[in-house]
This record gives sequence, structure tokens and C-alpha cells, in this order.
Amino acid sequence: MLNPHAKLVQNIFDAKLEQKPTRDGFGTGTIEAGKSNENVLVLCADLAESTRAEWFQKEFPERFIEMGIAEQNMAATAAGFALAGKVPFMASYAAFSPGRNYEQIRTTIALNNLHVVVCGMHAGVSVGPDGATHQMLEDIGLMRMLPGMTVIAPSDAEEARKAVVAASKMSTPVYIRFGRSPVPSYTTPETPFEIGKALVLWDSELAEGVEGIQIPQKAKVAIMTTGSMSHQALVAARALAAEGIGTIVLSVPTIKPLDTEAVVSVARRTSHVVTIEEHTVMGGFGSAVAECLSEQYPVKIVRLGTQDVFGQSGTPDELMQHYGLSAVHIGEAVREILNHTQHKKN
Amino acid sequence: MALTDAEILHIEDKAEKIRETIIEMLVAAGSGHTAGPLGTADIFAALYFHVLKHDPQNPEWEERDRLILSNGHIVPVRYAAMAHAGYFPIEECLTLRKFGSRLQGHPERPRLPGLETTSGPLGQGLSQGNGLAYSLLMDAQRPQSGAGIRTPAPVSRRVYVAMGDGEQNEGNVWEAVMWAGKNKLHNLTAIIDRNNIQIDGMTEDIMPLDSLRAKYEAFNWHVLEVDGHNVRAFIDAVDEARAIYEKPTVIIAHTIPGKGVPEIEFDYHWHGKPPTAEEGKQFLKDIRTLKGKLPHEYA
Repeated sequence: MLNPHAKLVQNIFDAKLEQKPTRDGFGTGTIEAGKSNENVLVLCADLAESTRAEWFQKEFPERFIEMGIAEQNMAATAAGFALAGKVPFMASYAAFSPGRNYEQIRTTIALNNLHVVVCGMHAGVSVGPDGATHQMLEDIGLMRMLPGMTVIAPSDAEEARKAVVAASKMSTPVYIRFGRSPVPSYTTPETPFEIGKALVLWDSELAEGVEGIQIPQKAKVAIMTTGSMSHQALVAARALAAEGIGTIVLSVPTIKPLDTEAVVSVARRTSHVVTIEEHTVMGGFGSAVAECLSEQYPVKIVRLGTQDVFGQSGTPDELMQHYGLSAVHIGEAVREILNHTQHKKN
Repeated sequence: MALTDAEILHIEDKAEKIRETIIEMLVAAGSGHTAGPLGTADIFAALYFHVLKHDPQNPEWEERDRLILSNGHIVPVRYAAMAHAGYFPIEECLTLRKFGSRLQGHPERPRLPGLETTSGPLGQGLSQGNGLAYSLLMDAQRPQSGAGIRTPAPVSRRVYVAMGDGEQNEGNVWEAVMWAGKNKLHNLTAIIDRNNIQIDGMTEDIMPLDSLRAKYEAFNWHVLEVDGHNVRAFIDAVDEARAIYEKPTVIIAHTIPGKGVPEIEFDYHWHGKPPTAEEGKQFLKDIRTLKGKLPHEYA
């Protein structure tokens, strides 16, 4: 059921699975990119510790650029560095970058078509107690509307590291979204990662089993996921399999350009799609999938994410539960979409 | 070395040609900004025909100085100066703002080599100039260890950022002013076109800016003020900025909006509109006869 080609960790459903925030992958990834390319810089707006820019700063103090609390200036200055042939990664919280400096990103980075990597930290409600002001739920939508902008939401720290290194080798604008709270480290260094490629994590029609689950099962619903929700999607898939409901879990770290081939081929096999993202359902990942499928292979879609509301204070777990972002909610959506179709047939 | 009178005259002559081209391109475009481009023609003539180290045949030349135009709406003056300097045929100026033209209403770097950046939305040019200037300082002092750049440092390439006075209203400008002062970017020279107008009226009525000098000095800049139509004074200021190794320099260039056409000089209503064909003829005559001081056969 777990796709062996995804080369995921062995103990993937173990409650003690190691957890790290994706922002750690920004720290390790920028150091790796900085080692292989002396033009790589990290710009930060007075948040070096929490963004993990500090890790790069310790390794390459001369290439760490402190911008102060000035995100607009950071974006346009990053453009200036890129004009001079540098490869700037600019880090702040997503609520401020791209939240505050969207127009600077649009004009000086995107319209200039410059290789700047905009890194939005602390995205989503899992920021926790800081509350709605700091819980960015609109960044994927904002950034994917910009022509030429690549948009990536890594699902664990290792995938984030790979995304950062891959972004350093591009030549056009990139947005990468990171989270504050730890998420299960379920991928390995061997897990394939390529910008623009989706990856099947779970396929109930595959012969290889998971303990206690009968195989194979006809895949009836595709669960398409991005960013922090991917491991939850796997947990949901296993629970559904135990009930005899076969699914395919497609992880889509690159939201733009969307791997439309993978999205369509999975939808073709299942005819039902549930999308999940820690982002508003308007304009984000679910919208991207819906746009693609409505044109190329219309199927019934349910989009999970925040439903046109802001976040609030609470623990990350409380908030994820409240806004319907968990394996349980994915399971409910899958059952619902199947029941709905069943009713229609009757 | 001081320029000879003949050399200054040559630059002034280019400024007049640039003004003529500005009028012709705005009439052809049927939209665009008139006051700012006419007001800065002397400065752009001085930049393109003396100050800048550049090669019109090789706009991407690595050793060139960089000129960032922050207030992108005055780009007709840059297009005209570039055309007269040989970047592209002067006739191409008449494609300004037309479909398919490389000469977009506001400058777009990917479309025309030599523009350095995209601008129009105000307040962002100085930040980009800062990034460039910092990079050039980094490159000039490799290998290096420890935080930041060392200043002063010998650096062969300079960065010029042309800004409007109205755009000093933008918060982003002051974030950039603060950052340049902090980092002592002595290879950066900002030029403010102090023409005292913006779209809705006089700058001091819309949002008072004075004392600009005191503001920049407070942010650790070296400040020079010149008559922006006195080519020699402007070039002297640029030379002085080169000799200041402790901080960035801003040249506050006092200019007359619409300079060269008496009917529109000082009139903020001409900030954002072009002359009609009829007005264009009269304006060209004004420019070519130095406001009627020369006989009409020169027109």
C-alpha cells in the first residue's frame, strides 16, 4: 500500500516517529546550497532564530544580510542582489512576506523575472498561540497568481531541505512555504523530490501490504495533499483501508507548476478527489487541483482547508482540529464523498 | 579634471535633443508624463554623456555603472537619453506605450536591455540600488570572513538611483535610506528630482518633505544640493560623491518641472499628461528657440 518507490521511513505509523518543523529544512538546506554556491545569500527581517536563518548566519556570517524589521525593503533589496548575480533567500513570517510586501515581490522580483527565493515561515494555523495576525492562510493563493512564480509547500523537514537546495539551482522566482510546529519526518533522503513533480505515497492497489490490512483494494478516492497535511493523509488512508475503503494519496509539494499529469491520472483511476491544505480553500492548492480537473477530467472534489475564516489563538493541535485539518477529517470527507455518490446512484 | 566649456556645451546640446525627443514621443503616444522627463533632461544627459561608465553596444557589460530609475513614470527621459546615446534607433522612441513596443509605459527590464530594472510603483528603486551596491562591495573584497562588508573599500563600479521627490512619501524609501546608511554604501549615489510637484499638487501641500537635507543627514547620508539644470554643478556633485568614502551620498537636484517649455513650467497639472499634437509643435518651438530667445528659423 505504501508506495515502495517513495522510499518513506520504516516506522511511518509509529506514534514515536521523529518530528521536526519544516523550517529546520530551511536552515539545513540553505547551508547546503551555500556550500555549493558562494553566491547564495540569506536575508532576514529580524527573525533569524525562529526562521532558522541563524543556522546559515553561523556558517556564513559574511553572506547573512540583516534587513531589520522592514519586509518591503527586504524584497526589493533581494531583487537588487539578484540583479547583481547573487542568489538571495529572503526569510520572514509568511504573514509579512509575502503578506506585507506583495507589491514589491510582484514588481521587483516577479515582473523582473529574478531568481529570488521568497521563504514564508510560520504559515498556517499551526503557528498556534500567536493568533490570526500571524497565521498566514492566503500565501499560496497570492503567490501562485504571480506569472512565472514557482510555489512549493514541503511536507517535512527533509523535503524542505531538498526544496531549498533545488530552488537554489533555478533561475526564476520561487516561493517556499514553511511551518513553525513540528511535523512527522516521514520521508528519507532517498525519497524522490523534483520541483514540479507529485509523488504517490500510498496506493491501495499496490501489492505490498501494511500490517493488518487486506490487499489489494480498489482505489475509490484520491487524497491529494500539500505541505503539513501529507502525513495526516497517510494516517487517514491507513484507517480507511482498515474499513475496506481503498485510496491513493498523492503528495503535491509543488503547487505551481502543478503536476497536472499526475493529478489527472490519479483522478482518472479514482473518480473522487479530496484535497487538503493548511490554507484557505480559496485560491490555494485545492483550487489549483479543481481548476486542473474541471478542465481536463471533471470529477467530484471536496476541498479541505480553512473555509473563508481567519485563525485564532490556541495550541496547534486544538487549531488543526477546530479547522478540520486532521486525519479524522480527511477520513470523514472520503466517506462523505463516497456516500454522496452512492445516494446519487440510488 | 574639470570639464571644458565645450564639453559642457556638448552635454547641454544633448539635453536639448533629449527634450525634443520627449515631446515627440509623448505626442505620438497620446499618454504619459511630461513635466518630470523635461525637468530631468539635463541630469540624464549628464549621466549618459559623461558620468556613467557604460557601453550602449554591450548593455550587459560587467564593468558598467548601474543606473536604477525608481520613479518609472519619467522613463521617457531615460528612453530618449538611451536612444541618443546609441542603445537603439531614435525612431524607436515613437513606439512608446504602443502594443508590442520594447518601450513600455513604465520600464520593464526583461523587455529592453540597459534598463537595469522594472519600476513604476514608487519607492522601490533605492532598495534595489542598495542590493546592487552591497553586492558590488562584496565582490570587490573577496575573499572575506566575518559579518557584513568592510567599508570603506575600493570599488570600481558605482550605483546611481534616480528618485522623484513625491515618492519620498513612500515608507519603503525610508526603510532603504536607513539600510544604506547603516551599511555605509559609499558606492551608491541617490539623485532626487526636487521639482516640488506631484500628481495632486505641490509636494509641500500634499505631504511636506522639507527639510529633505536634514532627514537624509539624520540617516547618516552625505547630502549635496544643486541646481538640476546646471550641468557643471551636477557633475561636480557626482564627483564629490565619488570622493566620500564614509557614507552614501544623495544629490538633491532642484529642478523646474516642464523645464524648457514656459507654458507648462512649474505647473503640476502637467505631471501626468502629454501634449496634444498642436501643443507639441509649440513646445518643440519653445525648446528649439530657447523660449523665443533665438530666431524662429532654428525652430
